[in-house]
Amino acid sequence: MIGRKPPKPAQVALTQRAFDLLCLSATFVLAVNASHLPWWLNAALAVILGGRWWQRRRHPGRVPQAIKLPLLTLLTLAIIAYYGNLFGRAPGTALGIGLLVLKLLETETLRDVRVGVGFACFTLMTALLFDQGMVSTLVVALGLVPALATLRALEPAQTPTGMARSFVPALGLLAAALPLALLAFVLVPRLGSPLWGAPGRDQARTGLSDRMSPGAFTELLTDDHPAMRVSFDGPPPPPDQRYFRAFVMARYDGVSWSYDDVAHAAPVPLEVEQSIGYRINLLPTHRRVLPTLDVPIEAPAGAVMHRDRVVVASRPVDDALSYALGSATRYRLEPQLDARPQRWLQLPARFNPRTLALGQSWRERHGSDDNAIVREALALFHDGGFRYTLAPAPLGRDAMDDFLFATREGYCEHYSSAFTVLMRAAGIPARVVTGYQGGYWNKLGNYLLVRNSDAHAWSEVWLAGRGWVRVDPTAAVRPERVSLGAAAAAGDQLDWYRRDWLQQFRNRWDIVNRWWDQGVVAFDALRQRGLLTPFGIRDTDTRTLGVLLAIGSSLFVAIGLAWALRRRQPRDPLREALRALERKLARQRIVRRTGEGPQHYLSRAARALPAQRGQLTELMQQYLELCYASDEPAPESVHAFRRMVRDFRVTNVVK
Amino acid sequence: MRGLLQRLQRRAEKRLPALTRYRRPEPLPITLHRRRIYIVPSGFGLGFTVLLLLMLVGALNYNNNAALLLTCLLGAASAASMLVAFRNLDGLRLDHLRAGHAIAGEAIELVCSFHSDRPRSAIRLDLDDESTAFAVDGTDAARVSLRLPTRRRGWQPLPRLRLWTSWPLGMFRAWSWLHPAQSVLVWPRPEATGPAPRAMADDARHMQLHRGEELAALRDYRAGDPQRHIAWKPSARHDDLLVKDFEQPRSQPQWSLDWRQLHGLDDEARIARLARWLNEAQAQRCSFSLWLPGNDIGSGSGPQHYVRCMDALAGLP
Repeated sequence: MIGRKPPKPAQVALTQRAFDLLCLSATFVLAVNASHLPWWLNAALAVILGGRWWQRRRHPGRVPQAIKLPLLTLLTLAIIAYYGNLFGRAPGTALGIGLLVLKLLETETLRDVRVGVGFACFTLMTALLFDQGMVSTLVVALGLVPALATLRALEPAQTPTGMARSFVPALGLLAAALPLALLAFVLVPRLGSPLWGAPGRDQARTGLSDRMSPGAFTELLTDDHPAMRVSFDGPPPPPDQRYFRAFVMARYDGVSWSYDDVAHAAPVPLEVEQSIGYRINLLPTHRRVLPTLDVPIEAPAGAVMHRDRVVVASRPVDDALSYALGSATRYRLEPQLDARPQRWLQLPARFNPRTLALGQSWRERHGSDDNAIVREALALFHDGGFRYTLAPAPLGRDAMDDFLFATREGYCEHYSSAFTVLMRAAGIPARVVTGYQGGYWNKLGNYLLVRNSDAHAWSEVWLAGRGWVRVDPTAAVRPERVSLGAAAAAGDQLDWYRRDWLQQFRNRWDIVNRWWDQGVVAFDALRQRGLLTPFGIRDTDTRTLGVLLAIGSSLFVAIGLAWALRRRQPRDPLREALRALERKLARQRIVRRTGEGPQHYLSRAARALPAQRGQLTELMQQYLELCYASDEPAPESVHAFRRMVRDFRVTNVVK
Repeated sequence: MRGLLQRLQRRAEKRLPALTRYRRPEPLPITLHRRRIYIVPSGFGLGFTVLLLLMLVGALNYNNNAALLLTCLLGAASAASMLVAFRNLDGLRLDHLRAGHAIAGEAIELVCSFHSDRPRSAIRLDLDDESTAFAVDGTDAARVSLRLPTRRRGWQPLPRLRLWTSWPLGMFRAWSWLHPAQSVLVWPRPEATGPAPRAMADDARHMQLHRGEELAALRDYRAGDPQRHIAWKPSARHDDLLVKDFEQPRSQPQWSLDWRQLHGLDDEARIARLARWLNEAQAQRCSFSLWLPGNDIGSGSGPQHYVRCMDALAGLP
């Protein structure tokens, strides 16, 4: 069975077609990975790729070592300089793609091309480590087409086809492989915990932070990725009630607000008047905090509720997380302020003197009427010439003074921060709350889509008898922010792709993304189990899954084999009639030998069966006549021949 | 290492006849079917499997279902390419095999004619270390020529041929053995130098002078005949013109090559000498006759006659 070593295929010259296809695959890889590589690396690799393609078209041959080695060194050094090391997801991807492009420089043999295709497949996969949305997955999967077409182009002796036609078989192969791929996807055992590294640590997607300083949200507010999807039990709350709390920030150091984690303290009391149940599908944030609508009543499983009813999960949300809980929409939170009210009045010393003076002047004017002070502040924002913008002027050391008396422009962070400082200056317990506000209600899917750009900051003040009351100073400046959402408030300060009609379309399209996120991205061991339970499989350990995978694969292999073994025989009634005759004669042990012609065979049969010599000779002559006298025998004569064969009976000869 | 492998292979063939069932000589046509097509992953296929495993572990480690889906898709496509490789060979038929002419020590050309009812690509036929790739277009037979080295004259059985393919992705190698029960005739190698054949001066028939002017017959006029050859008088009695046909002068000498006249040589030396004479006769466009033990070939000339004589020489025991 061990055959001789086949002749080395390396001597076979590489065709231009194969090289072109490999370059195309590399271009594809570069394109799908472009978004998370530094621009200079993209540009350099694209130039090398294009240059090599052009060079090989002119003079086929390897690029000399004197060029290749310095490039390799440069690539490695650049990656180390930029990322700090060579390992990990981002630097590893950059290195892999760089090596793929550099491999093209020395690609002249079949072996080189195959190595290149392997690299291309691997680096296609790394693109998905950064974005596993449905569209990007589809695009990346399409990248397999030129890679497979490259491998196909390496085979010798093909009928020449156009470049576009060479993709069709690869596409067909992928389509045929899809059922098996889906089966494997469903049944491959998932890892309980990662084998190495802490995935996602180097992912710098912006998210809500436990610190907030005016101006820090800008990145978040322009990030259009979905943050979470919420479905409610019953009708959704009206738009101006869709406040999702994440952090409650008490400490202000003059620059930023921060959240103090008060662990081991029971949540403050809550008197619920009206509540709502809902489920949140949170996309990975790599943080522990779980946003909740308004004030949560209880923490969901796997999370604890801290003192200020901030819900914190036991470990960072690195994968999409779904949790259900109930929240109060009309409530009294902490009706009696605890023993340490100064926590909510803290202000850094020697900061923002004019703001403090303004707050104190309000207190002097209104006496103990806290409501009037709040109204005064909101009126200031509404009538004081303030402007809502996502690109405010930078603020100096006394940030709130600069904002309130000089620049007068900003967005939610500026307003909530300034409002809270003013309240504290006037002696009203106040705090900043961050989270999300608004979202797009998808009617088709009955869920609320909240994007990162819906991040918001507002304030809460403690009023005697009412507890903590939410005050959104941004709404005083730009009511659209609360009633219509972040995109409407931003006006035309956004990128072109977030304009009205397109944004509408993107919001509706999100239902597909939601389906993808829930069905594919969030498919984990738990869902695996849920899928198999209806089939009576309760125990989904690795072994069971392996057995199931083997059974399923065998099924597909059987289908594939049935396809492979199927032979399409052109129906030839004449031949079939002769076969029938052969079978009849074979019962008399007159078997047609391999390579024996019909004339020889039938004469032999006639000799062996003297009783039917005449009949067999007649049959033979008929057959030869039909077979060889004309190209197309007349159908009626063929029919007559078949009838003759049918009527032919072998009478047993007595020897 | 290589010797060890070959020893193992021989041993396996002896112990497991099922493996070698289709490696014995068999009559043409040979149709490939599932019981005689073997498939193993190629070196590249094994390497690619390692890559797929790496991708799988990476995708599982990062808990990335999209990457896992991509890996599964690529893996399934690779596995499906195995069936395509099998199908590329399944049903292929070696119809016939024609051999050219070669003298011992040179390579003889074999033309294999493959037939298939659907197009196939990138099939390779190996003979020893030589490999030829071909495609079958599904309508006409594909003719593949191979060069089979020869050592000695006479009937030489065909070696085992290997038909293989790594279509479509190069990850699997499907192969089958073809051992046609057919032999090719290798002509003897002529000696390098030696005496010329004895002039057949005593043969009266060959000494007869043919006078070119002697009238032999009358025949119909053919375009291009010289005008002075037209027999005007007989033509008058016919509808068509008649031309006087003259006996062609015998410019070629007649060689009579005879096994019996070569004394004092062993059989192979005789054969080598006769082969050389045949070559010379053919080169000088002589007509010649050949007498061999048990085979008397009359006088003649031309390539077919030459081939007949050489075949007779080659076929001597």
